Amino acid sequence: MSIFETRGITKRFGGLTAVNDLTFTVNKGEIFGIIGPNGSGKTTVFNMISRFFPITAGEIYFNDKRIDTLPAHEICKIGIGRTFQVVKPLRRMTVQENVMAGAFLRTGSISKARQKAEEIINFCNLENYKFRASKGLPIPLRKRLEIARALATEPQLLLLDETCAGLNPKESEAAIELIRRIRDTGITIIIIEHIMKVMMGISDRILAINFGKEIAMGKPQEVANHPEVIKAYLGEAYA
Amino acid sequence: MLNKKNMLMTIVFALIALVLPLVINAPYQQHILILVLIWATIGTAWNLLSGYAGQVSFGHAAFFGVGAYSAGILTLHYSLSPWWGLILGPVMSMLIALPIGAIAFRLRGPYFALATLALGEIFRLVFLNMTEFTNGAKGILIMPSITSKIIYYYAGLGMLAVTLLVTYLIVHSKIGYYLVSIREDQDAATSLGIPTTLYKNLALLPSAFFTGLAGAFYMNYVAFIDPNIVFNLTNISIMVILVVMLGGVATTWGPTIGAALYIIMGELFRTTLGSANVLVFGVLVCLIIMFLPNGIAGELDIIKRIAQRKKAGLSGGV
Repeated sequence: MSIFETRGITKRFGGLTAVNDLTFTVNKGEIFGIIGPNGSGKTTVFNMISRFFPITAGEIYFNDKRIDTLPAHEICKIGIGRTFQVVKPLRRMTVQENVMAGAFLRTGSISKARQKAEEIINFCNLENYKFRASKGLPIPLRKRLEIARALATEPQLLLLDETCAGLNPKESEAAIELIRRIRDTGITIIIIEHIMKVMMGISDRILAINFGKEIAMGKPQEVANHPEVIKAYLGEAYA
Repeated sequence: MLNKKNMLMTIVFALIALVLPLVINAPYQQHILILVLIWATIGTAWNLLSGYAGQVSFGHAAFFGVGAYSAGILTLHYSLSPWWGLILGPVMSMLIALPIGAIAFRLRGPYFALATLALGEIFRLVFLNMTEFTNGAKGILIMPSITSKIIYYYAGLGMLAVTLLVTYLIVHSKIGYYLVSIREDQDAATSLGIPTTLYKNLALLPSAFFTGLAGAFYMNYVAFIDPNIVFNLTNISIMVILVVMLGGVATTWGPTIGAALYIIMGELFRTTLGSANVLVFGVLVCLIIMFLPNGIAGELDIIKRIAQRKKAGLSGGV
């Protein structure tokens, strides 16, 4: 059953077409991966979904409702959370306060927000850093805080942008484990990732894009062996 | 949440503030105390918008001046008591805050600051040139009905107490968390579903309200205003920034501490150092900004937080 759908979404920045006529469907409960070389338009897709900028053409549907006309802050309210590739912690706030800021979307009460934050912090294994200011955290924890904060808004669909970038193998294993646990709670995930190994391991389906256009879509193995994908990543000679 | 120690401190401060004018009974010293109360109120109001929500305003003189002129014009044109200005002034300030917010909140960071600076200056020029309505540069002089400094002191204290209380309640609610989130990262705040423009207005309106209240109170107390006094860029808009920076940005007591130190130091230097007072004062402000960047109350908070973290760390068994 589909929870999320784009129909021919296009984004032009002046003469540059960053995303070109992209159509895909995400099923409820799956982990949907988007891959592509640098500058292929992955993050632009997220910014279009979360309405950080208006789309040039096309339509976006979430739970069968059109959402590409909503303002940015409404997107989170209807149940789409996101993280940022370049993490954006609320710097001078503690980890707990960061997560509470997310939890306030569903409650006006401080004690309820604190309680919700407590649960999420434990779920993300951040309990030892609860009272630390977020600006002092090392990058793996900041990435995890980014996820925790988005989870606190109780999303049905979570957009993860390069959650494993810059992490060592052990840290990215922990991140993958967290992503799996999030999926097990029933949250649908769209994930952008550079590291093929990560994507192959956790995605149910993968969309590969290059120059903003779809070049392959399907099961991880199919996509990884698709000649267009190999060409995009490794060059003509290997395809 | 107020813990017992904070509560006790607040009560002690309140008691000192209540008996202070009885101990210090020279009119000059009482005048200084009343100025401190006015500046503490403006500082607390500015702090809500610029300290907590991070939207640094260089135009708070607009709200102060409109509050003062609301009281003055009531007397000048309508022969009403300027005390009605305490109701009209804050309301008028909020009304002008709406278009100011609508224009300036389209901009971020330094651009916002510049926009508010320009908007504040526009008000000064308009009030200077609308001579039929405002008396222009001649200003407005009223005959105060009350001359006892003690009464102004307690009225000012009441004004500050209400401002502090309302600000405290806002900051320690969901709105407060949202304001700080917007200050720390506006894009992240948007991604958490925070309607940023709405919440910036929720900081601006009370901020304008209490600045306008202080303006109306100033008109009643000083009994003379002209546009170059109450819409002054350096003596109002910039001064409030210095007051809050000195005391501690985004702290409950910072603006009050800053106002007390600023006004008292300013007066001391003026009476003892002659014409070198501004220079010495300037150097002192530079030193404080360099070595106490978070202001006096701000640095105290950091010390407290370190102590708290140690406690939390121990009980959490890290």
